[in-house]
Amino acid sequence: MLRVAIIEVDDLSKTFTVPVREQGLRASIRSLVHRETKDVTAVDSVSFTIEPGEVVGFLGPNGAGKTTTLKMLSGLLHPTGGQCRVLGFEPKGRPAELLRQITLVMGNRNQLQWDLPGLDSFELNRAVYRIPRPEFIALRDELIELLDIGDLVTKPVRNLSLGERMKMEIAGALLHRPRVLFLDEPTIGLDITMQRRIRSFIADYNNRYGATVILTSHYMADVQALCKRVIVIHHGRLVFDGDLSMLSERFTTQRTISARLANGQEITILAARADTASATARLLADHDVVDLTIEDPPIDDVIEQFFADSHDAP
Amino acid sequence: MITLYTAHMRAWMLQQFQYRAANYFYMIGMIAEPVVYLVVWSTIARAQGGSIEGLTPGGFAAYYIVWTLVRNMNIVLTPFAWEERIKDGTFATQLMKPVHPIHEDLAGFMGWKLVVLLLWIPIAVVLVLLFRPTLSPTLLQCVVFFFAIWGAFLIRAIMQWSLGLITFWTTRVAAIFEAYYLSEMLLSGRVFPLVLMPKWFQTLTWYFPFRWSFSFPIVALTGPIENRDLFIGLGMQLAWIMVSIGLLYLVWPRAVRRFSSVGG
Repeated sequence: MLRVAIIEVDDLSKTFTVPVREQGLRASIRSLVHRETKDVTAVDSVSFTIEPGEVVGFLGPNGAGKTTTLKMLSGLLHPTGGQCRVLGFEPKGRPAELLRQITLVMGNRNQLQWDLPGLDSFELNRAVYRIPRPEFIALRDELIELLDIGDLVTKPVRNLSLGERMKMEIAGALLHRPRVLFLDEPTIGLDITMQRRIRSFIADYNNRYGATVILTSHYMADVQALCKRVIVIHHGRLVFDGDLSMLSERFTTQRTISARLANGQEITILAARADTASATARLLADHDVVDLTIEDPPIDDVIEQFFADSHDAP
Repeated sequence: MITLYTAHMRAWMLQQFQYRAANYFYMIGMIAEPVVYLVVWSTIARAQGGSIEGLTPGGFAAYYIVWTLVRNMNIVLTPFAWEERIKDGTFATQLMKPVHPIHEDLAGFMGWKLVVLLLWIPIAVVLVLLFRPTLSPTLLQCVVFFFAIWGAFLIRAIMQWSLGLITFWTTRVAAIFEAYYLSEMLLSGRVFPLVLMPKWFQTLTWYFPFRWSFSFPIVALTGPIENRDLFIGLGMQLAWIMVSIGLLYLVWPRAVRRFSSVGG
């Protein structure tokens, strides 16, 4: 069956013009008459499509262009080149019809009323998104249950811990049942237990409502738990788009072969990916092996290594 | 839209009720300004034989006590707030919502006014007992006053909201805003009743929005004012509301485009 893409990104670019000024008084005086600027390309000709219901991880180091891309997809930034469509709409005009169907959650930003209990902020969102009351109450109660925030929704947001607040933010952002979720580091700064809770909630929400999710995170555990597909962006360019399982294959040159011998000794060797079979055969021929495992390096190491290697790349 | 306004008003009222003491101290602090003006002008009036331009100490008392209500009613989002909104991401959050962000501010401040009204009543009672104002408005004046204080709020709210959008081009906007506030101070009737000024000065005030968001609502209640002037005043308020909305329509799309080019 042909599935129509819910997000289409074609040759998308964003260049910022930023002021440049050297230090010192002379430079300050010079900048009064001649203001120097330079163009910084944050996103460079990125293309991809995302189908309904997909959960896609957006990976890249700080400044790679992940958040800029999310902001263009949600209409907060206008592209300087290329185009994108979300749910058939061009986001840059921020049509109300689109805004009613998407949500953007940023891990480091508070979108709820700081001095009010979550329930009051939810009520405000009901009015903003014109959600019919019975539908609102049903979904609100469901989200409260799923996120286990029953005893938090009556406390002013300012009295909640970071993790509790994040759960509340997510509930508030989903009350209008968005079809597309842009989650920008939703687990940033949270402890392991809270990270797990939020991950399992996102997976559950995706299963229940078939929502499309684009997730950026520096925690690989988030990506591994939620995303089958990842898009890696670096220096504004798309460097990988595919299955998470293929990421190691694409970026690693070595595999780890571990063997436990009959005499109890353990051997670990690093072999070039292409030589894995021959190295394993040699190991089996030379030793009395009782247990053997061949592994790709942990995904965290793969990504870290890739970004470190290409640190000086343009 | 009514549901939206009601929801925002309710949310702001709930927030302001949490800060009752802060609101009260804020209002008490604000009373200091008109009380100083009142004492000065009343003293001058007595020294000049009991009145200036027909305003007796009782007339000044009425002017400045109504002043306190009008001042509280026309407190709006200041243009300075924009810089913080852009910095802390509030503006980006507002842009993600399917309604124009000005509605949240208009509705929110309207909700706050209702809280302010409740808190203002005891303060007004004390001022009345202390200064014995001469105030005998007609029913028409009371009705016009009711609409005029909301008209004043709308002029000031939309005008300053639009003015604040300059922040999208440069963050060094304090000087522009200060010039605006200084003009407002002089031309609005805030420091002195406009009737005390020369005719040319009074004529000049017609060409600025300030008179219609400050002096007009006060005089509408305290008088002396002809019925005809009450309706002219409401008409001028309506005209300035339309001008403010026009300004907003002109600046808003450009400001958003600017934000979307530069980032937030």
